[in-house]
Amino acid sequence: MLAVLLLVIPLFAAVVVAAGPARLARGVSFVASLAALGVAIIAAIDFDGWGIGGWGLSWSSSLLPEYGIALTLGADSVSMMLVLLTAVLMPLAMLGSWTAVQHRVREYYAWLLVLATAMTGVFLARDLLVFYVCFEFTLVPMYFLIAIYGSSNRAWASVKFFIYTFLGSLFALAGLLYVAWQAMQHGGSWSFSIPYLVEFASTNMTTSEQAWILLALMAGFAVKIPLFPVHTWLPLAHTEAPTAGSVILAGVLLKLGTYGLYRFVLPMVPAAVVEWAPLMAVLAIIGVLYAALICWVQTDVKKLVAYSSVSHLGFCVLGLFALNPMGLQGAVLYMINHGLSTGALFFLIGMMYERYHTRDMAKVGGLGKRMPVWSCFMVFFVLASVGLPGLNGFVSEFLCLIAAFTAGGTGSYPGVLGPWFAAIAALGMILAAMYLLIMVGKVVFGTLNEPTADRGDLPVDLSLREILVLVPLAIGCIYLGIQPDVAMHAMQGSIESTLAAYPDLAGASHEVLAATGGTP
Amino acid sequence: MTERLWFVLPECVMLLGVVICAINGVSRSAAVRQGLPGIAIATLVGAWIASMLVYGAEGAVSADGPWSPPLPWLGAMVLPMACAVGIVLVFVQGGAIDRRYEARVASGQTSFDPLRSSRGEYWVFFLLSIMGLMLTCGAPDLIWLFLGLELTSLPTYVMVAVGRYERRSQEAAMKYFFLGALSAAMFLFGFALLYGATGTLSLTEMASVLAERHEATGSVGSLAIIGLLLSFFGISFKLAAAPLHLYAADVYEGAAAHVTAFLGFVPKAAGAVAAMLLLTILGDGPLPDAVLVTLWIMAVLTMTLGNIGALLQQRTKRMLAYSSIAHSGYLFIGLIAGPGAGYAAVLVYLVAYGFGNTATFAVLASLKRDGEEVETLEELAGLRERHPRLAWALAISAGSLLGFPPLLGFWGKLLLFIAGVASGHVVLVIIAGVNSAISAWYYLRLVALPLTSDATGRSRGVECASESGPKIAALLGCLAVVVLPLGFAGLTDMADEAVGTVKNSSTEVAAASLPE
Repeated sequence: MLAVLLLVIPLFAAVVVAAGPARLARGVSFVASLAALGVAIIAAIDFDGWGIGGWGLSWSSSLLPEYGIALTLGADSVSMMLVLLTAVLMPLAMLGSWTAVQHRVREYYAWLLVLATAMTGVFLARDLLVFYVCFEFTLVPMYFLIAIYGSSNRAWASVKFFIYTFLGSLFALAGLLYVAWQAMQHGGSWSFSIPYLVEFASTNMTTSEQAWILLALMAGFAVKIPLFPVHTWLPLAHTEAPTAGSVILAGVLLKLGTYGLYRFVLPMVPAAVVEWAPLMAVLAIIGVLYAALICWVQTDVKKLVAYSSVSHLGFCVLGLFALNPMGLQGAVLYMINHGLSTGALFFLIGMMYERYHTRDMAKVGGLGKRMPVWSCFMVFFVLASVGLPGLNGFVSEFLCLIAAFTAGGTGSYPGVLGPWFAAIAALGMILAAMYLLIMVGKVVFGTLNEPTADRGDLPVDLSLREILVLVPLAIGCIYLGIQPDVAMHAMQGSIESTLAAYPDLAGASHEVLAATGGTP
Repeated sequence: MTERLWFVLPECVMLLGVVICAINGVSRSAAVRQGLPGIAIATLVGAWIASMLVYGAEGAVSADGPWSPPLPWLGAMVLPMACAVGIVLVFVQGGAIDRRYEARVASGQTSFDPLRSSRGEYWVFFLLSIMGLMLTCGAPDLIWLFLGLELTSLPTYVMVAVGRYERRSQEAAMKYFFLGALSAAMFLFGFALLYGATGTLSLTEMASVLAERHEATGSVGSLAIIGLLLSFFGISFKLAAAPLHLYAADVYEGAAAHVTAFLGFVPKAAGAVAAMLLLTILGDGPLPDAVLVTLWIMAVLTMTLGNIGALLQQRTKRMLAYSSIAHSGYLFIGLIAGPGAGYAAVLVYLVAYGFGNTATFAVLASLKRDGEEVETLEELAGLRERHPRLAWALAISAGSLLGFPPLLGFWGKLLLFIAGVASGHVVLVIIAGVNSAISAWYYLRLVALPLTSDATGRSRGVECASESGPKIAALLGCLAVVVLPLGFAGLTDMADEAVGTVKNSSTEVAAASLPE
């Protein structure tokens, strides 16, 4: 029942906000998102699958019995974490855009709430079609958020975002339908239950069939992550989106892609994944380095952070395709860490933009003198993002790299990467330090270069509201930096079940590696 | 014989309505003439009830006997669908028919002359065309099928011409008529060849003759296949499918919006139904290669040309004309997937398309600029500033046509895709998927321009028509695409039963449609 509440509260609030008076929109939606956060926390405390795996929050209702389509909800520990991440980011996004949005306010908050429902639905879905419907439906609110509230090039950015993702996910749908059809032929009746289909595909399909499904699914999820070379929509969408849109986009929406890899690709088509993992890892590494190099030459702060998302999620994908528990731990942690630190960076840039109406590093700089509190947070979150030991980014990045390094074809998991993959990807960490610190150097330190400010009602430095937006994220960064083992332990069971099919494949892949001359 | 009369009870109700409309249309009382839409609705409701009586009774329709059509239960789904969408279409027409003449009569400029009024005729043709669709789905033989199809099409030629006072409408009607005559000639020729190949007119007997021949010689014979393909080319005109799709853009644009809404659904549904009936003569097995390849090419051409054509348009109705071509292409997936799940998906998709398309045109019919219809997409920019509800209706119906979850269009497309994948046509489904993504581009414009853009100089002049009919139609259509997914299980059940020869469960239907 808690699962249904998590979906219904924002949806109901969205209707209320859309129909009610504009002056109440902010308050109602903020309270509703707090309520959803409350429910999520209760659900997390109530959840007994931490560490050991298994499913909680189960709820089911038959929707279309003869096609086996049911409205089945549930969460394992990884889904639960991502639900929590969503629930935490939503009220902050509402709070963060309190003053930034001044026209069509009701629609803005209604769309944010609808977006919350759709994203939570993706993480809670245990039925394929529920997953797909929610996955697709995230496009609509985001489309409107960009198209109505974005900057100058918003029309093009929103359309590009929509069509890119829509096309990709249609391929994913075709692949998933194919699996469902095969399962129907095998079992005699339709079923769209995710655990059933995952089990079916991983045990009954040949490697070449699995490879086609892998490609279809990757077409959908790679666009969302986004993986090189289908990342080009992201910088545009990020740059044009309003602050809360960017925060949600980076914080949660991109994770739908990596979550799709975690929930579908890895467990569903293991034999194909072992064959294709090196290619995917290479794409991820190209993404890491290429996007980092682009970041280096950016002058637009927001675009820089947007490209850094492409670079960072490359590490996450690398961790996933390391195919060992450590890599998956790193990747899942990365999803959460990136949501916290990059979300915060987008908030900070939005706060600067609200005051100076520019994001150009040539026009604004040395703000440390003018806005010390803002600058403190900026430096803090940049360091978290760079991967300073002690803060959250370091743990997940390090785990992903170590996992790729050790995935060299020994041990009980069929690792097909190796030291070279890790070594080259590690260059990305250095580049990240360079471009992020250069940005900080220009914007925070250096000589004060301030365009004419048009602050409206905002104070020179951060207001209490803005500090309240950033503090929870900072606490999260510190906590996950110092105590990552709590989260790592919690996700253990889920990771084991995702990787359940792999130990059997270890022998075969080691033989392949031996035949092709050792390390790949 | 009496059984047969019972079977056409809904059509008899329609005929009664037609007669009443014809008489009332020439009444000297303006109030009586204004009551025509009410009569049309009452007729459609009556036909709906009659269809429930006919198909609801157990054993009312038997699968054997010389009179019975190849898909005896088809009417159980098609008739209610025709009535439901028909009622929405009545609202779209509203008081638009013959408005100028009626206004002159009302202001006393001229006295009422029954010979000059076209209002009564219009409603007669409206109902007759829907009746043609109903008759088509009960066709047991080729003669009946031909008459049903022509009864669907002939009235529409007149409706295009009298829909509004513009030369473009006359031009559109002429184009429509001549191409329609060509298509009728094509499928009539095809029917003649089919008769020559099998020696019978009855579709069920034809099926058994061809099955025997297939058993004896390993093929159904090239004459039958050529006949079937020619018939299909002819029917592709009704569907607005390649190769006879080119008229759609000109005719849809030339006709008034309320007529276009009608053209977009009724002839297309009749074409799809006729295509299913014709395909039943090949039995339940896999299609012969020649038929399969032709249908496959028609499907791909239709959806691709439709979508690419729609991308290039600046005028709303031309764009929607091309989009309706693309939808015919998706329907072909269900036809190719074959009896059972494939046909059921076609029926469900027709429902989704019917409501979505009608709602879109209803919005266009309720917008006026200097008393004329809005033409270009730019005129829709910023519609929400003054007419938020119409803007939303347009966005929702466009979303359903795009097949965006959770609207009805998505579930319709999903069933088609499932049927396509289940019959082994994965490539076709992928092509359809890519086409759907292409269509996102132009459907998004119908969402983005009214909802996210700011009004421009041209679009500020767009006003909402005073009459409420089209607005109610838009509301009804949008309600249907939003609410019907909740009852989707019932809809698929209905479709599964409608395409079976006996009432059976869907898993058997799905299993029966699988290739060997």
